[in-house]
Amino acid sequence: MKFKVNGQEVYASTGGRPFDKNKPLIVFVHGSGLTHMTWVLQARYFAFHGYSVLALDLPGHGLSGGKSLKSIEDMAVWISDVIDSVGYKEASLVGHSQGCLVTVECTSRYPNKIKTLSLMGGAGAIPMNPELLSLAENGDPKAVDLMMDWAHGPAGHFGGHPVPGLYHINTGGMLAKSRTIKETLAVDFRACDNYKNGFEAAKKIKIPTLSILATDDKMCPVKEGKKLADLIEGSKVDIIDNCGHMMLLEEADRVLKVLKSFILDNYPPNKS
Amino acid sequence: MSDKKKVTNPKTYKFDTLSLHAGYQPHKNAGSRQVPIYQTTSYLFDDVDHAAALFNLERGGHIYSRISNPTVGVLEERVAALEGGTAALATSSGMSAIFLTVMTLCEAGDHLVVSSQLYGGTVNLFRLTLPKFGIKCTFVKPRDTEGFKKAIQKNTKGIFGELVGNPGNELMNMPEIAKIAHDAGIPLIIDATYQTPYLCKPFEHGADIVIHSLTKWMAGHGSSMAGILVEGGKFDWMQNDKFPTMTKPYEGYHGLSFAEEFGPTAFTMKARAEGMRDFGPCLSPQNAWNVLQGIETLSVRMKKHCLNAEEMVKYLLNHESVAWVSHPSVPDHPDHDLAKKLLPNGRGSMIAFGIKGGKDAGVAFINNVSLASHLANVGDTRTLVIHPASGTHSQMDEATLKFAGLSHDMIRLSVGIEDIDDIKNDFEVGFRAARKPRLVSNQ
Repeated sequence: MKFKVNGQEVYASTGGRPFDKNKPLIVFVHGSGLTHMTWVLQARYFAFHGYSVLALDLPGHGLSGGKSLKSIEDMAVWISDVIDSVGYKEASLVGHSQGCLVTVECTSRYPNKIKTLSLMGGAGAIPMNPELLSLAENGDPKAVDLMMDWAHGPAGHFGGHPVPGLYHINTGGMLAKSRTIKETLAVDFRACDNYKNGFEAAKKIKIPTLSILATDDKMCPVKEGKKLADLIEGSKVDIIDNCGHMMLLEEADRVLKVLKSFILDNYPPNKS
Repeated sequence: MSDKKKVTNPKTYKFDTLSLHAGYQPHKNAGSRQVPIYQTTSYLFDDVDHAAALFNLERGGHIYSRISNPTVGVLEERVAALEGGTAALATSSGMSAIFLTVMTLCEAGDHLVVSSQLYGGTVNLFRLTLPKFGIKCTFVKPRDTEGFKKAIQKNTKGIFGELVGNPGNELMNMPEIAKIAHDAGIPLIIDATYQTPYLCKPFEHGADIVIHSLTKWMAGHGSSMAGILVEGGKFDWMQNDKFPTMTKPYEGYHGLSFAEEFGPTAFTMKARAEGMRDFGPCLSPQNAWNVLQGIETLSVRMKKHCLNAEEMVKYLLNHESVAWVSHPSVPDHPDHDLAKKLLPNGRGSMIAFGIKGGKDAGVAFINNVSLASHLANVGDTRTLVIHPASGTHSQMDEATLKFAGLSHDMIRLSVGIEDIDDIKNDFEVGFRAARKPRLVSNQ
């Protein structure tokens, strides 16, 4: 659905179900240069099981208007504004990669608004390889090709998408090229590189938190994810074997199973 | 992203590796090194919730083999990977892949612009069958690039053609025709059966959907019928209001908008969710497996096919019984330069040639070759010949034959990978027989 946030048009998938303000809200936040479509195998499930879902396109990404936000802090404030804009007082957040930095920062700033936090392939900081950053800032499609290479584990490089007929790497690459690389991926990479507050923000989080990490994640390795999780009181960690950074596609069912259990326990749908 | 080492080139797998491995993970299949043949109609649900999730497209997985099958799924991913596409959908034949593509794209009242030089069955689909569904077509000669532009109407939903036309070997100027299509806000659909992704990747030249009859070079061994449609993922279905079935809520899936929800894979998702559900032209897992065996050696075979074809072109060009030869490798072929650009790895193994003596000589030639097989197929490992005017295109009237660039002296040759000397020796027998009626009549 399309709606306005701070006067700017925003697109979010509602997971194939009408947006219903009487149901608890889950907000999904995508990674660098990507779109709401990365969440299709998680968001649709929750939309069909008692939740209102917003799988967002960040400003300047996918089908949303405006320009890409330049800092993780700005994105965190924007997520809070999204929740206000759709008339909710609280929500559960789910982030992937850069989306983890955004949701961690958002949760630390708005402790009463965010009820649970789920992080996939997250870390407290995501410093960028300078050459990758430079390629993206020059609009070179090689930046996307490298990202897709690194983002998939050895198994993911062979394919084996959970949806029959879809090929991981090319689909992810096409999502990252759907808008101008300079104006989306490069801005996101720079925002990640500049963000230094992840560990401090994590210390402030007191809500139920889940970290899903993957053994073959080169972009946010398990040890970095654990470092972040260790700072969040009572945080749960689940590690997926034989899987890379794009766990929400590479091991979609496994991710959904863990996420489902965590959200149903900590942020259940209305009993009615 | 914490790796501070200097960035090198991506290490994603290359063509020959993808031909063998793409779409398959042995550790998820009992360690089976070979792709298993899932000879089953249906799949157990974990529980009622799992069943509902699969039907609602909440989760990936298989329900019923008419819609999807794990063995067929490996083939689909493999071809998508080789083409550089986002997704693919395999069907029971190349013709069903074309039909499914059209029915996913069009509704009654819509129009397509179509190259006139196509396989005869495809011509009849567009000329006679689709109008029965309210879908009309305008045919344009493949080299008439401007003609494609002029033929576009308000209700036109796409341009379709074979990159190298069957059987006349005329090329469509794919990059220019893609631009014409995109300027009009419609997709370019290319049947690249003759090329396979080894010779040409149409997505790199502007195509939006690629179709293959996998029966031909991809499978390669003349054993199995199969087809596939592949999606490039770049076409923006939401750029205009021409494709409401892609962009508007679809009643058949709880108001789902395929374009919004699936973006670069929307076309394939709709073709499967709607087309395979409602029409059901599914590929058997055994045939999918047979095609996978062929694809494992695709580049090896295509190199030999092209090498033999170049030798046969030289042989035919210098033969006293041959009136003309059409193959994009021939320097005076009108599309020679375009073919160099679009087909850098080889110009393919389809040759059309005219036999001196016309139809009677053609019939004598066909009836007297023995190594070359006379049949209605192309892209077998074996050399194949046919006289199109009396075979593959025999259901066309005289005017349609002429418009399609066919003549009565034309022999269509699909060059196999036998020893080249044996093919030439066989052709000598055919040519000797073809000369006999003329020798008699000259006396």
